[in-house]
Amino acid sequence: MTITINHYLIISFLLFAIGFLGVLVRRNFLTVLMSVELMMNAVNLNLIAFSRRLSDLTGHVFSVFVITIAAGEAAIGLALTIALFRQRKTLNIEEADTMRG
Amino acid sequence: MTGNVLLAGSAGVAFLVFALLALAMAVGVVVAKNPVHSALFLLSSFLLVACIFILQQAEFVGAVQILVYAGGIMVLFLFVIMLVHQRTVKTSLAFQHQWDIALLFLVLFLAPFLYVLGTAKLPDVPPNPDAFRAVGGRLLGNTEAIAWVLYRDYLLPFEVASVFLLVAMIGAVVLGKRSRETMD
Repeated sequence: MTITINHYLIISFLLFAIGFLGVLVRRNFLTVLMSVELMMNAVNLNLIAFSRRLSDLTGHVFSVFVITIAAGEAAIGLALTIALFRQRKTLNIEEADTMRG
Repeated sequence: MTGNVLLAGSAGVAFLVFALLALAMAVGVVVAKNPVHSALFLLSSFLLVACIFILQQAEFVGAVQILVYAGGIMVLFLFVIMLVHQRTVKTSLAFQHQWDIALLFLVLFLAPFLYVLGTAKLPDVPPNPDAFRAVGGRLLGNTEAIAWVLYRDYLLPFEVASVFLLVAMIGAVVLGKRSRETMD
């Protein structure tokens, strides 16, 4: 079984698509955050695969940065979750629509 | 774009197994009704992707993935799930009515992806496994090589990332703090 960069791209796209659907379709704010993490993971998969394909370490460094951003985003998102729960006693994002025009 | 072979033989089979399992776990994250189940599916997906990283000679990133995602972020998620008592959350429908928009955007993403997959040409770089552990001409480890690139070429982004983490930490504390009125 030989694996080329195309296999990686397809797997990574599918992972990204699943995360994207999760963000748009789920109601629970926590699950939406988890889907964002899935999307970031898919991007990392691409960075590592291209790094190997081009024999260049830069992709590794960038995926370390992406993991950093994901950690900060998770911290802020979970703080928002707690704030939302305190205000509304719910995690349903459809009920957090005060700014709807 | 069918240039170099990245993995061959049993490593390729291992990649396919890991990748398909990771996809199945990702579907579990989106489909599971209970957030705890979602978190556990997400954890397995992260671990499987870390296995794929290690297959690609990205040992350092694989270790960071396990430490930061599986060790840090997942614990944070589970703590928050514990804090917001799920029983008091109304378990109405788990999915909202946006399937049509979501699938439309997915098709809009899929079209350029397939176009690029079919037409893009990558330069034909000879495979060089030493590139991931060579430091200034000597062969050390993957961690040393990444440190070399990170602190020599990407020092400013590295410092910006540390400031970003500080901002995120302060922001999380401020957002999570109870206001004075609700305290008593």
